[in-house]
Parts: sequence; C-alpha cells; structure tokens
Amino acid sequence: MIGKSDMNPSENKYSVLETNLIHSFETSLQRASGEQKSVREARMLAYETFKKTGLPGRKDEKWRNSKFDQVTDQSFELYSSKPGYTHKVSEIFHCSIHGFTTKVESLLNGWYYTPEEIPLNTMDNGVVVGSIQMAQKQYPEVFEQHFGKIAKHNVHGYSLVNTAFFNDGLFIYVPDNVHVEESVQLIKMVNTIEKLMINSRNLVVLGKNSHLSLMHCDDSINHQASMINTVTEIFIGENASLDLYKLQNINNETFLINSTSVNQQRSSRLKVNVITLNGGAIRNELNVDLQGEGAEADLNGIYLMDRKQQVDNQVFVNHAVPNCNSSELFKGVLDDESSAIFNGFVLVNKDAQKTNAFQRNNNILMTSTAKVDTMPFLEIYADDVKCSHGATIGQLDNDAMFYLMQRGICKRDARLLLMYAFAAEVADKIDIRPLRVSIEDMVKKRLRGELSICEKCVLHCSTPDIPMEFEIDMSKI
Amino acid sequence: MAEDKDQNNILEEVTSGEYKYGFYTDIEMDKAAVGLTEDTIRFISAKKNEPDWLLEFRLKAFRHWQTIAEPSWAHIHHPPINYQDIIYYAAPKKKKQLESLDEVDPELLDTFKKLGISLEEQKILSGVAVDAVIDSVSVKTTFRETLSKNGIIFCSFSEAVQEYPDLVKKYMGSVVPYRDNFFATLNSAVFSDGSFCYIPKGVRCPMELSTYFRINAANTGQFERTLLIADEGAYVSYLEGCTAPQRDENQLHAAIVEIIAEEGAEVKYSTVQNWYPGDKNGKGGIYNFVTKRGLCKGDRSKISWTQVETGSAITWKYPSCILKGDNSIGEFYSVAVTNHYQQADTGTKMIHLGKNTKSTIISKGISAGRSNNSYRGMVRIAKKAGNSRNFSQCDSLLLGDKCGAHTFPYINAGNETSVVEHEATTSKISEDQLFYCQQRGIDAEKAIGLIVNGYAKEVLNKLPMEFAVEAQTLLAITLEGSVG
Repeated sequence: MIGKSDMNPSENKYSVLETNLIHSFETSLQRASGEQKSVREARMLAYETFKKTGLPGRKDEKWRNSKFDQVTDQSFELYSSKPGYTHKVSEIFHCSIHGFTTKVESLLNGWYYTPEEIPLNTMDNGVVVGSIQMAQKQYPEVFEQHFGKIAKHNVHGYSLVNTAFFNDGLFIYVPDNVHVEESVQLIKMVNTIEKLMINSRNLVVLGKNSHLSLMHCDDSINHQASMINTVTEIFIGENASLDLYKLQNINNETFLINSTSVNQQRSSRLKVNVITLNGGAIRNELNVDLQGEGAEADLNGIYLMDRKQQVDNQVFVNHAVPNCNSSELFKGVLDDESSAIFNGFVLVNKDAQKTNAFQRNNNILMTSTAKVDTMPFLEIYADDVKCSHGATIGQLDNDAMFYLMQRGICKRDARLLLMYAFAAEVADKIDIRPLRVSIEDMVKKRLRGELSICEKCVLHCSTPDIPMEFEIDMSKI
Repeated sequence: MAEDKDQNNILEEVTSGEYKYGFYTDIEMDKAAVGLTEDTIRFISAKKNEPDWLLEFRLKAFRHWQTIAEPSWAHIHHPPINYQDIIYYAAPKKKKQLESLDEVDPELLDTFKKLGISLEEQKILSGVAVDAVIDSVSVKTTFRETLSKNGIIFCSFSEAVQEYPDLVKKYMGSVVPYRDNFFATLNSAVFSDGSFCYIPKGVRCPMELSTYFRINAANTGQFERTLLIADEGAYVSYLEGCTAPQRDENQLHAAIVEIIAEEGAEVKYSTVQNWYPGDKNGKGGIYNFVTKRGLCKGDRSKISWTQVETGSAITWKYPSCILKGDNSIGEFYSVAVTNHYQQADTGTKMIHLGKNTKSTIISKGISAGRSNNSYRGMVRIAKKAGNSRNFSQCDSLLLGDKCGAHTFPYINAGNETSVVEHEATTSKISEDQLFYCQQRGIDAEKAIGLIVNGYAKEVLNKLPMEFAVEAQTLLAITLEGSVG
C-alpha cells in the first residue's frame, strides 16, 4: 500500500472525505472525553496511522474493483447527536417470524437506542447487553481485555477511521457456562435527512462453554445516501459457540462496510451466514483468527444483487494453531449491472498441522452487464494439511432448464426454480428452522423481484402463516 | 516414531541434492561497461550494428524505465537489485565466420556436452534444429538450410534485425509493448539477443525448433528476446531450455517472449528451466523475471504453453495468452518445483476477448526444503467474449514442513454466456501411497520420485518426447539429490 506519507509533502493530497475526517478529529475526540485511557490512546494511534495511509482506493490490491472509491470524494456529515427515544423499536420494525422470538437490540444512526436511563442491562443469567460506551465504564476488565485486540488483521483506512471516530455500538457479554436460549437481534437503523457517515463499534465476548445466537440486521429506513462503517469484534471463549446471522437489506444509495473480526479459542465453534439482499455497495469483511486447537469456523454467504449494486465479500481465515477446520461457501446471483467480488484468503501458519480448510465460491451471471471478480487465495506454510478451493462463474444449467420446460414449466418459472435451488444450498445451513423458512421465503421473493427496500424490517416481508410457493404445478414434475 | 524419523531423514536426503550443472566455461568475452546509461544502450546498439528505429525503441524504453519502480506485489523476497551494478552486454568474441561444427569453440561444445545436448548429437541423432545462445549472441545455428527450404525463418534476433527488418519492425512490441512492466521495459532497453522465428502461411514446421539459453560470465544479466510468428494456418512446436553455471552472486535474467498466431495457426511452446537455484543455504542463484505472452490474433488460432520450472533462485513468470480471435484456444501446463530457499511466483493470464474462446490451465506446484511456491493466475472474460470457457486446476504438493505453497487466482467474468471453473488443492504427499509403495518393496526415495512423477504426469505428457525425458530427470535431480 502506498502511504500518503511516501508522497512528496507538496503533492500530499487528501480527498474530500479524508480532509473532513482530519479536520473534525479534534472535536470528535473532545466529545468522547471521559473515556478509558486505552480507548483514547487507541483513537489517537488510529488517527495518526490514518493520516499516513488515508482511505484505500483502486490502487490498493484489496480494493481494486471496489466501488468505495466513489465515497472518498463525497462529503458526509460525520457526527449526528444521540437521538432521543421517541418511538418503540417495535413501532419502526415489526419482526415477526413465526415461532421465532428474539431479544431485539437496536442502533439508530450508530447510537444505542433504548428508553432506559442506563443503557446497559444485566440479565438474571449474568448476560450483559447494552451500549459499548457504558460498558467500558462498568466492565473495564472485559472491555480492556478485548477492545482493539481482535480486529488486527487486514486493517485499512476505514477501520482506522472507525477506531478513531466511533460514537457508540453494541456490547454483549455472555459469562462462562451460560447458554443463551433467546437469539439476540441487533437491528441497525439509519434514519437521517443528512448524508451521514456512521462509525459504530460492537464488542461481543463469549465466556467458556457458552452459547449465543446473534442476528445482525442492517436496514435503512429512508432513501438518504449514507455511509455505514461498522467494526465488530467477537471473542469466542473455550468450547463456546456462536451462530451469527447477518442480514443486509439497505437502500441502493447506501455504502456499507461491515467488518467483523473473530478470535476463536480452543474447541470453539463459529457459524456465520451472510445474507445480502439489497444495498448500494456492501463490503463484508470477515476475519477469523483460529487461536485455539480444535476450533471450527463455518462461513457461508449468499448474495442476490441487481441494478447497479455491488457486494464485496472479503473472508480471511488465519489458521494459527493445529487441528482446526474452516469452511467457506459463498454463492451469488448477479442480475442487471450488478457486480460481486469475493476474496477468500486462507492462511495456514507454519505450525498449524492437520488443518482442514475448504473454500468455494459459485456465481451465476444473468446478464452480459453483470460482473464477478473472484479471488480464492490459499497461503500455506504447513505440510500436513488438506486445503482446497473452488470457484465457478457460469449460468443456469441448460439441461436442467430444458428438462423443466419440457415438463410444461414456463421459462421464467424454470429459471426461478433453478436459481432458488442454487441459493438454497446456503440457506439450508441455517439451523434455526423458523428463521430458515423465513429467509428462504425472502430469497424466493427477492428472486421474483418482489422484495426490494421496504420500510419495515426485511423479515416482515414474509407472511409466516402462508408459506411462499412458486406457482408451479408440482404434479407435472 | 522411529519410522517417522526415518522417513524424515530420507525426505531430507532426497530434497537436499546439489546442483549438477555448476561449471564455468572460459571463453573470451566482449563486455559492456558496468551500469546502465543511455551510453550503454548506444554501445549495445552500435555493437550489434542496429538500425536507427531499433535504437530509438531502446531509448524510449529506457527513458520510460527510469520513471517506474520495481513491482513488489509478487510473493517473493530478495535483497534490492542494484541495476547499476550489472554488465548489460557480454558476447563471445567472434573469431571468424563458422561453417561447420568443427570450427565451433571446443570449450563451447564441451559445455553443451555437459548439458547433454551436444550439437553433434542433436544434429545427427534427434533431428532437432538448435539455435544455441551462449551469453546473448547466437554462435551456431543448425538446420537453417533445411528449414529455409520450407520458407521458415529461424535465426538469432540480431540476424533477423539485419535481414528481415520489416518483419521485426511489424511484430516486435506488438504483444509485449515496451511500457508493459518494469522488467519488460528493462529488456526492451537492453536486450542483447534471442531467437526469431517465422513460419509462413500454411507451413507445418517439419521439426521441433529448440533453443538452449545459458548464462555464462559472472555478473552479466541475460536479456534475450524471442519473437515467434506463425502465419495463417502454420504450425510450430518450439522448445526452450535453460541452464546456468554455479555462481555465488545472483544473476539477473529478464527475458521477453512474444508469440503471434495468425488465423488458424498453432504454436506449442515448451520450456524446461533448470537455471542455477542457489546452494543449500540459499546463496546465489538466478533471478528470473520473464515476460512471456502469446497473442491468438486470428480466428481459430491456438497457443499452448508447457513449462517445467525446476531452477532459479527466484522465478517470476506468467506465460499468458490473449485470445483475441474468435474460437481461439489458449493452454497452460506447468510443473514448478522448488527446493532449499528457492522462490517461485508463477502462473498464467488468460484474457478472453474473442467469442467462443477456450482456455485450460493445469498447474502443479511442488515445494520442498524451505522454499515458497506460488501460483498466481488471472482469467479474464471480456464482456464481448460470449460463450467462452475456462477450466483451471492448480494443485500443490508439500514435501516437508518448512516450505510454503500458495495459490492466488484472480477470476474476472463479464458476461452471462461464459463459464469459468477453478479448483485447487494443497496437500502433502499421501502417506497411503507411500505406504503401499514401500510395502511392495520400493524404498521411500524411489517412491517419492514415483509419486511426484505421477503427480506431474498430466503436464509432462504435454512435452515433446526429448523434453519429457529430460524433464523427468530434472524432477528427479531437484528432488532426489544426486540420483538423476
């Protein structure tokens, strides 16, 4: 990466967004006064590094085909004051998946959104959920131990900006031996009339032998273009397990960077499903650091893009110790002028023997204007390993199409059916049945072009009592 | 445990063999002064009695080269190269015009004999025409007469510049422009010699053409340039082999190979590269930065690259195909073996521009010792390249726990009628296979050789006969110590 500092000072040119960020850092730091010393230091350090590197652009290998270079020349409002609690979340979002209840937590414009005075709840089983700002004061040990320590791979300009500028975010702590029954659903909403850049920061810590299922939904309420820059740090303790579902359904003008870094301890288990349905430009970064033997990471994603949307999945798995398994499966359908980028990177370190790593990326292009760039990388320094990767870009199977049409199914339905079958491989990996059914419905709706940005939560789009079906006479098949 | 240890020992033994081709021929050299300036370029150009347009081409490249920096994206590490500390031109002193092999410097013949490719033998037994390049200038071209009966031009690049300037002018730089990349630009500025080959319309070259490159004098970079043109409906199979003697300082090699296949033409380009890889401790060896590219210019043309890379301290090489003509075909078959401290970053680029174009990539990497072996490839399907098809497979085999094997594929697809498939695996040599071989009384060393050869077979099969035998031996030498 060519840093800005390598340039001649007289040619030292910052883009509009970079200049704005540099100018507002002091004010931003003052607003955040009263924070832990370590946070303040982290902010300063990140800021100094950012001044040298700037924001990534097309010249940076990992951002070559990314649309995010359009962001750097726009001016965004960098700060929005904490919104007052005016509406219940349930009034804005109706999340009703039949037979599936979640504990809803929400961030509005990057702020933890709650009616309570102290935005941090401790539940009976010891689970702590709330604002990260409050958590750093009330639980300094847990906070200090993990904050800024997990998101250390693939650091770039935007993640530095996040560290330097974040206002608030979600904090979850699950103590040892606690199995959280009810899924936690984090809804990130953006409701603004200004063009806003939101930097929010989440920290999730799972103690030994614990379990949590977390849904992370990105939604926009109105159509104002904004830039959402989220960094999530997750620590999974020994023998603990986390199911992480990410649902993304934002408007076509919004740029979203969702950078999630996970540190996995011995025998821990991580399962991620990223479901991207709509968005102007979405960049999902997933950095998984397997730091304990026997850890397992199962990373899946599906993306269904159309119009001029772009989705960019950057998946990095670091096998630092022996006997770990990782698996990546990302599938996508690209319509209209949409584009997708997949960069999977498995790094097997010198001593990480007996590693199993698997990577697959399949794409279907529907039009001659859609584009896919896929880069499944392997970097291996240990010999007793089984690593493989595969990538394909193609179309729907002609033979299958022929067979379906021969049975009297019209072309449109046959295409839908095959696309759905293609996408279902990923959706099938969702363990929670009601959620799976609901997501499958969303996928069907999305493929039929009925689901686009709606004012309610994406999950509300399905009617749970009447399952979605294709209008196909199955008796013909 | 004891067995484990045994096996480790054997692995170590078989992977620690030393370079057999380390010898140094004492031939009088005619050298340029150390360093690179416009004067050096004028000196080279004058020495070779070149026309003005070629000097101009070199100078343009040199001026551009001064403005660009060495690329750093490859997965290789080496101390910075001081480009001012290299002799850019070295030629064996011409004594007189040579008519027969007897007149060739006996030491030179000896060099070839040690390589196992003595000109006599080649000439008499195998029927392969050899254009031997020793340190940049062609000394002897064989079989030229036979070839010229068919209208085939096969000569050194300098001769081509003198005798066929129109052809050279038309095609040189049309596939690898002088601004292409750092090393190609450097080559365009200072290239010394190389081979030139032209197959006229509808001619099927009756024999396999072959060149042996050899880096000889210390501190002389080798910058050769090959231009191969197959006119409409022509066919040629071209072999290139390289060996460099043992020297401690790293030597730089930055070559360019350009291939043009017109309508319906087919070119098969095979390389066996066994340059000095440095010793067991990673000292010395050749830095090999090569730009190879073929242009399937006409419809239904085909270019096929086959390479066996066993040598060089650093290999930086991506033989590519630009599939411009409709229905054209590009192929890339590669075996890359690295041992000790060798580093290889090699692969291919398949750029599909024409409709119904097809490409196949088969790459087999084998790493041993403390080496690093990377596959880096790009498949790009342009929007207009409807119905194009690519299949890539790159496998890596790891022998030993201190080496690395890496895969960096880039796939870009821009239309809905094309299909791209890529798959790769990385694993160590199968313990089951080893066990069964040993159980049948084959010792571990031979078993490894057997398994590795079987693993690389798919690629070795694509080599012409003479080369296939040599390549197998080379694999054996690289991996099995002094057995060969």
